Amino acid sequence: MGMPPTPYTPDPRRSQAWIPFNTRSEQPIVTGTSVLALTYKDGIMLAGDNLASYGSLACSAPRLSVTIPSYTIFGASGNMSDFQYLQHDLDNLIIQEEVTAQDGHQLGPKQIHKYLSQVFYARRSKMDSLWKSVLGGGFKDGKRFLLFVDLLSVTYTVLTLATCYGVYIAQPLLRKAFEGSEVRKIKEDWLHVLFYRDPRSTNQYQITTISAAGPTISPSLKLETEWSFAESIRGYGPQTQ
Amino acid sequence: MTSIGTGYDLSASTYSPDGRIFQVEYANKAVENSGTAIGLRVKDGIVLAVEKLVHSKLLVPGANRRIQTIDRHIGLATSGLLADGRHLANLARHEASNFREQYRAPPTVKNLAERIGQYVQVYTLYSSVRPFGISTIIGSVDKDGPGLFVIEPSGVFYGYHGAAVGKGRQLAKNELEKLKLPELTTREAVFEAARIIYLVHDDAKEKEFELEMSWIGDETNGRHVPVPKDLLDEAEQKAKEALENFE
Amino acid sequence: MSLCMLGPTRQCVLGRAASSNTVQFYLANTIMFRNTYDSDNTVFSPQGRLHQVEYALEAVKQGSAAVGLRSKTHAVLLALKRSTGELASYQQKMIRIDDHVGIAIAGLTSDARVLSNFMRQQAMSSRMVFNRPIPVNRLVSTIADKAQVNTQEYGRRPYGVGFLVIGQDHTGPHLYEFSPSGTSFEYYAISIGARSQSAKTYLEKHYEEFAESSLEDLIRHGLHALRETLQQDKELTINNTSIGILGPKGEHEKGVTSEGSFRILEGEPIDVYLKTMEPKVTAESASAPAPSSGDEDVQMAE
Repeated sequence: MGMPPTPYTPDPRRSQAWIPFNTRSEQPIVTGTSVLALTYKDGIMLAGDNLASYGSLACSAPRLSVTIPSYTIFGASGNMSDFQYLQHDLDNLIIQEEVTAQDGHQLGPKQIHKYLSQVFYARRSKMDSLWKSVLGGGFKDGKRFLLFVDLLSVTYTVLTLATCYGVYIAQPLLRKAFEGSEVRKIKEDWLHVLFYRDPRSTNQYQITTISAAGPTISPSLKLETEWSFAESIRGYGPQTQ
Repeated sequence: MTSIGTGYDLSASTYSPDGRIFQVEYANKAVENSGTAIGLRVKDGIVLAVEKLVHSKLLVPGANRRIQTIDRHIGLATSGLLADGRHLANLARHEASNFREQYRAPPTVKNLAERIGQYVQVYTLYSSVRPFGISTIIGSVDKDGPGLFVIEPSGVFYGYHGAAVGKGRQLAKNELEKLKLPELTTREAVFEAARIIYLVHDDAKEKEFELEMSWIGDETNGRHVPVPKDLLDEAEQKAKEALENFE
Repeated sequence: MSLCMLGPTRQCVLGRAASSNTVQFYLANTIMFRNTYDSDNTVFSPQGRLHQVEYALEAVKQGSAAVGLRSKTHAVLLALKRSTGELASYQQKMIRIDDHVGIAIAGLTSDARVLSNFMRQQAMSSRMVFNRPIPVNRLVSTIADKAQVNTQEYGRRPYGVGFLVIGQDHTGPHLYEFSPSGTSFEYYAISIGARSQSAKTYLEKHYEEFAESSLEDLIRHGLHALRETLQQDKELTINNTSIGILGPKGEHEKGVTSEGSFRILEGEPIDVYLKTMEPKVTAESASAPAPSSGDEDVQMAE
């Protein structure tokens, strides 16, 4: 406003110097894969494996988190550093909004969802997205709530959710299995299906839930897997034909 | 009061010929006329207590809190101008948050006392501002264990085992000195703190008051929280009994 | 008495107790303090008081009175509107901040507009960022914190306006008083503005009934309290009275949202409430002592 438009001068330092604005975080670096979420009778359950991948280089890292002392759990796929940044940001938010105010007004999952969508939208508008999708859920005032936000600040809420590879592989199963059945078993089945197919996943995983009783987060668990069938698959192992 | 009428007492940026800054001394007067606040640093925790003078019976009891939370593990109580207390608490929260941002770790209370002290001192340098009309007690259990500090309107701060500011500070200090603070548990300290506040409250001269207490210790998981209702009631009951025996 | 008005209390007490010579000495001194310690908000008096802030509290008392009270279900505000003459309209005494918050003002209206705009921004930003109506206590605290700065820095003056703020949240209705000294307090019932002490006296006598009162009873109590602040020959009319309500629909109300959003009643609709008032007991009010000048709480110093 009031400023004359600056004549465009290419930035010689940039390989694609014709891009007339700065673009940051053009790709995720260290990534985490699928997170699965569903609503069940008493609350919300999330599951995700503990793998952070730097290309095909793997390291173990938790990808689920509980905001304390609040009513929300969340997990994320995509850039791991952005996930850790978000954990820190939410921790600060909780201190600011709940701990120091100490007036009984606490942020529920709906409020956290709106906040996250605002943070993500602000960042993508700066062309500096938090390169990730967040799944989360919460339980407050007798109501459960499942939330989704991604790097484009797309937000929605449904009964079952998945990210990454899980969207293609697990989500259809999620929807099918959603009627009845024991939820934890469902989760493990999905993780199995995913682990067999997604090369950027691992068989170590965590499950977190939230209900009227508050949030829980499991220790790192291990999937029992069976690979003998793989011998008959063409392309497995050192085979070339 | 040699200060009055000399013209040396109108600005924080003026020394008197004998090297005093009267505006800071006057700020202390604002503290001396206000409800007492005390802090106890004991074996495994901290207890803060204030004598909250109630200026109207139309006030909602229990609302209008005077002890403030700065971070999960840090509490702050002030005596003096109420609004200044809120100003400084907000500053302290900012400092704590900045510390977390920088170091990704919870701040220590010593750290925070230092920063608050610096901030308060700046308000004693210029004629364009007035000093803070409050004394601040800040307490926490952090990686160094329990810590308790008092920041005066001049900006100086010291660590204490037991601290008292405000109107009844002298009497409160006498009582605190009688206690073996490093040997008390936090729970025991709650009872002592309640007793001291009841003792220093001057029934004859003062309006009614409300006792407000908070604590940090193993029982609170290292968090700064108000003393639970049942414990507060019990402590108040005991304090009243002790007062009757005292008189 | 005149001595008290002139100078700090302690001097005044000393002066009264001493011989007439000493009185004159202190009188001379007090006149001098008056001109040195009270013209600037960055200067403490030798007693640790802030005279500019105390004078700002006086500015609130220049405005016509406002009364606030609450029950378990409702919070109401009542205010007396002034008009400059027959041909002029009546002033605005109440402002809606958000669906769940409303205020009544006493003092400088222009200061009130600045602060209420700020409150509206805060309320909107809470909805924008958290999808949540702002907690009322926090809203009041933000303007209190804003007002505190004006008591500490040179080149400003403290705000010359006091607010009564009513709001509701999941814990029910609330009533707060904000004052230029930068403080806010929660009350069961309170009044501010000209002759508000008389209203306070009424409220103190009856406040224990308020919790269980119906909306209609609450308004009637409010009107009775507000009536106490009137000058001798004046009375409450549909023109000079405003009523602000938060909480479920009352007997005489139409078109109230299910959340019981803040609404301001003026003119014809308040007639039904004015009619519920009981006649004033004149003998009692005539013999009631005039409120003394030192009756207001100086909240800056607690």
